Amino acid sequence: MSWLRVRAMIRKEILQISRDPRSLAFLIFLPAFMLVLYGFVLNFDVKHLSLGVLDQDRSPESRALIERFAVTEYFDLVAAMDSPDEVNRLIDREKIKVGLVIPAAFSEKIADGRNSPVQVIIDGTDASSASTAMGYVAAILADHSLKINAAALARRGLRLTSLPVVSRTRVWFNPELRSARFLLPGLMAFILMTVLVTSTSFAVVREKERGTMEQILVSPLKPAEMITAKVIPYVFISLVSAHLILLAGYVLFGVGIRGSYPLLLLFVTVFLLDGLGQGVLISTVTRTQQVAFIMAVLSTLLPTFILSGFVFPIREMPRLIQAITYLVPARYFLTGLRGVILKGSGFPILWPQLAFLAVFGFVVTAVSILRMKKEGAGESGKRGPR
Amino acid sequence: MKEILALVRKEFIQFSRDPRLVFIILAAPIIQLVLLGYAAVLDVRNLPMAVCDLDRTRESRAYVEAMVNSGYFRISSHVGEMDLIDRLIDDGTAAMAVIIPRGFGDDVLGYRQASVEVIVDGSESQTATIGINAASAVSTRFSGQILRRILSERGGPGFEPVMIDPEIRVWYNPALKSRNFFVPGVLALVLMMMTMLVTAMAVVREKETGTMEQLMVSPIRPYQLLAGKIVPSTAVGLADAVLVLASARWLLWVPLKGSVPLLFLMILAFILTTLGLGLFISTISQNQQQAMFTSVFFILPMILLGGFVFPIANMPRFFQWLTYGIPIRYFFTIVRGIFLKGVGWAELQDETAALLVIGVVVFGLSLLRFRKKLG
Repeated sequence: MSWLRVRAMIRKEILQISRDPRSLAFLIFLPAFMLVLYGFVLNFDVKHLSLGVLDQDRSPESRALIERFAVTEYFDLVAAMDSPDEVNRLIDREKIKVGLVIPAAFSEKIADGRNSPVQVIIDGTDASSASTAMGYVAAILADHSLKINAAALARRGLRLTSLPVVSRTRVWFNPELRSARFLLPGLMAFILMTVLVTSTSFAVVREKERGTMEQILVSPLKPAEMITAKVIPYVFISLVSAHLILLAGYVLFGVGIRGSYPLLLLFVTVFLLDGLGQGVLISTVTRTQQVAFIMAVLSTLLPTFILSGFVFPIREMPRLIQAITYLVPARYFLTGLRGVILKGSGFPILWPQLAFLAVFGFVVTAVSILRMKKEGAGESGKRGPR
Repeated sequence: MKEILALVRKEFIQFSRDPRLVFIILAAPIIQLVLLGYAAVLDVRNLPMAVCDLDRTRESRAYVEAMVNSGYFRISSHVGEMDLIDRLIDDGTAAMAVIIPRGFGDDVLGYRQASVEVIVDGSESQTATIGINAASAVSTRFSGQILRRILSERGGPGFEPVMIDPEIRVWYNPALKSRNFFVPGVLALVLMMMTMLVTAMAVVREKETGTMEQLMVSPIRPYQLLAGKIVPSTAVGLADAVLVLASARWLLWVPLKGSVPLLFLMILAFILTTLGLGLFISTISQNQQQAMFTSVFFILPMILLGGFVFPIANMPRFFQWLTYGIPIRYFFTIVRGIFLKGVGWAELQDETAALLVIGVVVFGLSLLRFRKKLG
């Protein structure tokens, strides 16, 4: 590898990048901008579920129960209904997620000291919020029952103040379960991966499509040199944009780095190389920019979002899919980032992630170089007789 | 009309010269849908939990058993002392830990409030939230049983405890399988990506390869040129629509309650918007790389803000309004409605109208941009 040739090629790349300021601005600022935007907007909390009530009892007791639902932040009382059909209709139209039906004999049964069931209808479309909603309903009803019984016991001179068993929850690493803290590593992996792969996926194929590839092939530049030169400018650009993300996370969301910065830098750099390498690989196996573009977007956007463990926990996926997630570099990066940023874990715990990232980078780069060598040989072979 | 047909033929010839493109267009939606559809599960069934039972009584064991029986947790390890929990959570062996303090059983039997401590790894806040809710639901249920006992024992003769129990009925997805919710979403995403990506290159490629000038000096009018670009993309969109529907039905086995023709019509309304957006991107970009960046810029909010995993109702008001401009938002409601609820035309009118309006607007904008540029 000749450094002189690489340097000349790097200069050409930088020139080319700087001629398209829109794309450059996209590379540097968009990731941080996205993080800020989505960090503010997104969260997983299951709160303010829309609740509709059908009160067939219309008694002080039934109103007290409704009141208990309405005062929590989990439910927003949005509709008072008159008939069971209306419950039906409102759930169908997604106006309410949960319907509470208090039957006519509700207060009578309480007065008689009998169990007094209520009906709860839940829209199960979104399974995870539905099961959370079921938990809220059960907790509110248990608490309300306790209050009623406590009042009855008090009349007999006995005291009962709280539920017999409570669980005290402590959340580590992200105490308020603030979504921004959690989202930062995920979004960083997701956004960076997309930007990285898309930025180099045109690197080689554009030269092919525009016909400048032949010029490079006949020059003394070797495939490894060319790939190095194509990647290096982007490494620096993306290092800048990765730091902008970290800065934005720190300034706006107070997400500091618990672990060591050098380790983080190492993770970021290796991941950048992976992403850029995957882009180069796509670029070498395609012939037109259009195909490269589609492959770049398809291989990054949804896979990094769904298969990295960002939102969907990998341990709950079917075995075969779990095996496939090993091919997604964002998976290791994400674990590494969560480890360093949120947990403050060190090298002894995180080295396997780093090793996987390095192997991925090595393999994609090696394959790209091989592809280019073969193509170069093929091209000159084809051209030979002419 | 003749001009359009000629252009369409030219596009198809271009397609067929690129077998890789044809392969990607046909195979990618199936692969993506199956892979991602199987991966997109949010059911928490195996949350690894470390148990530290310092009490070791019948009551504490009953509590741990109630945790396991809830179906959310899997005991990953039993530890004898609390200090060991640190390491288990640090290296990810356990995502949560439950500590039952000494005296738990005595408290329960002695009618004093007993407490258990639950530690959750919050770095995975999605699972953490579900875990916390599940754990507190277990405590509630456990409390309920004990409360019943306490009340009937202590209330004295004639005292009957009152319990308001919910009779819960879950509609549409009674098994509460999250896959049934996410697969229609993945279907919408895959469809959006394919149709947008194919069109995003349509016009800009002619610009970059320099064939645009030739088209401009030809007697072809702008709308004819756009039509010539849009017909092949629509064909691709339709093919992909059929493929994703068939894969969802026969490879992922998601129950489809509603009508297939209606779903197909709705898909048409949806790809009107995505094709339009793709075309719009193509007209505002100078070269293919820019078109790609711009597409990513458009697609990201569709994935994150459209309501695929992050509920729109949780977003700040301002952003909730913004989401009204995101076509996939309506389409998520539509596909989920038709797949899971079997809703019909009557329930989906508003969403369809919104899709049509957005579709017409983006097409109009692309045409305007395109005219101006030509002029």
